[in-house]
Amino acid sequence: MSELLLPPEHRYAEIVKKRQNEDGSELSILNLGPTHPATHGIFQNILLMDGERILEAEPTIGYIHRAFEKIAENRPFYQITPLTDRMNYCSSPINNMAWWMTIEKLLDIEVPKRAQYLRVIVMELARITDHLICNSILGVDTGAYTGFLYVFQFREKVYEIYEEICGARLTTNMGRIGGFERDWSPEAFRKLEVFLEEFPVAWKEFENLFERNRIFIDRTVNVGPISAEKAISYGFTGPNLRAAGVDYDVRVAQPYSSYEDFDFKVPVGKSGDTYDRFCVRNAEVWESLSIIRQALDKMPAGNEYHADVPAYYLPPKEDVYHDMESLIYHFKIVMGEVPVPVSEVYHAVEGGNGELGFYLVTDGSRTPYRLHFRRPCFIYYQAYPEMIKGALLSDAIVILSSLNVIAGELDA
Amino acid sequence: MALETSEIQEKLTATFGESVFNFTQEKSIFSLEVASDKITAVLLFLKNDETLRFNFLTDLCGIHYPDNDDSHQFTVVYHLHNWIDNVRIKIKTYLPGSNPEIKTISNIFLCANWMEREAYDFYGINFIGHPQLKRILNMDEMISFPMRKEFPMEDGGRTDKDDRFFGRTINNA
Repeated sequence: MSELLLPPEHRYAEIVKKRQNEDGSELSILNLGPTHPATHGIFQNILLMDGERILEAEPTIGYIHRAFEKIAENRPFYQITPLTDRMNYCSSPINNMAWWMTIEKLLDIEVPKRAQYLRVIVMELARITDHLICNSILGVDTGAYTGFLYVFQFREKVYEIYEEICGARLTTNMGRIGGFERDWSPEAFRKLEVFLEEFPVAWKEFENLFERNRIFIDRTVNVGPISAEKAISYGFTGPNLRAAGVDYDVRVAQPYSSYEDFDFKVPVGKSGDTYDRFCVRNAEVWESLSIIRQALDKMPAGNEYHADVPAYYLPPKEDVYHDMESLIYHFKIVMGEVPVPVSEVYHAVEGGNGELGFYLVTDGSRTPYRLHFRRPCFIYYQAYPEMIKGALLSDAIVILSSLNVIAGELDA
Repeated sequence: MALETSEIQEKLTATFGESVFNFTQEKSIFSLEVASDKITAVLLFLKNDETLRFNFLTDLCGIHYPDNDDSHQFTVVYHLHNWIDNVRIKIKTYLPGSNPEIKTISNIFLCANWMEREAYDFYGINFIGHPQLKRILNMDEMISFPMRKEFPMEDGGRTDKDDRFFGRTINNA
């Protein structure tokens, strides 16, 4: 092959050529990813290595960039939830609810208490699945497959609850402006009760398996630590920030969907290393379970599941066939003819791995003028090269999986 | 004691005078505009001042307004958050369409690095002094800036989605 056809050399190649170690050994370049079984997603990192130590790393992202922000500018408001599903697909109901709450903030819609509590339940279920996957996969990366297989069946149970609520499992597209598309079935509540009964037992066993496990502690303690100051400057939020000892949680700082009604702790770590991140997520699962329990206990009577906003909430299909007004509303909503004020809102929720924000700019038309997603992964993944500097290659894998970087959210 | 928005406004106008303007309260978030050449000074002041303490950069993004006059074609929006008093503010700065450039803030907030790269990637906004201003989500070979409004998402020749059939123009929906 002609030399002209070769791609330009990476800047690390120059460093490798120049530097000569005293013992005669050489540096090397390792291309980790884009597809690699240990990275759980499409991440490429070009590593400059001295033996097994990482000297420098350069991440490339954007492999599954799907231009959601551009697509959103061409869609009516109710068609944007499917896009949010596909960002953090491990906890898509949180993304869905965050989007509806953004529009409700824009339109000043007051959601009934019962619907807010239902939202809290489904968001906490999503948080549990998110943390469950992150922690159990961290186990897999340190060599413990059993814990993963054991708790993974409970993600399936949660997905069955989602199925009862909205019909879908992974990309849920759940809810409507002002609440849910239908009331939760008795079966959904029954499955939720069964989950709340069985899951804590399994989660306790999972914790016992890892928290004092010699191998796990050796692999995770003091691996990839980050100080609180660095974490704040790098824009960390969520469990990764709390593991560094900062108790910032959007649910407490700016309560939405009636989170102020519930009593829960914000678990924090100390050193911000992989072990602390693991423990913070574990503790958060317990808090989530407690919030779900409280929400079920405090649930207002009745069967209200959406706000009374006929201009934005689709009427029941039966009414559309014989009721003129419903037909008009149905047509207007489906055609995207609903009036929207010219305004700008920013709404943030506590997503599975940090502050998930939607910055929405409207110009009065039926599509957003600009919609920007504040994706926590995208912002904190830029600290990764610094966190793995000086670590072993096997540590880099563990750090990546403990940060819970979801490729869909990273690339949007 | 909680930080009042009036206090933010007073402090900023006392320090920067004409360069900060258009203070408004928009849906629970306090907003202001900053002249683009003063952005680093204003953000540093907001971060380091003893009472303001906006320690966290939540978000940074660009917006394109092709219908504005040339000096207001692009906007860079900064969302800052004071975690101690739990106050958010939004800062906007307008850039000219012919030469959209602004100083980087990635030396003030490390997280701005990739956010600025994203704004560059989508809008072609040049962040002066950025350590590595290259595309981040799109491929390096791309020559356009795809989030600018002049790039349609779909083929412009499509007629099945023509708004005129529904009695609509872009602005009357």
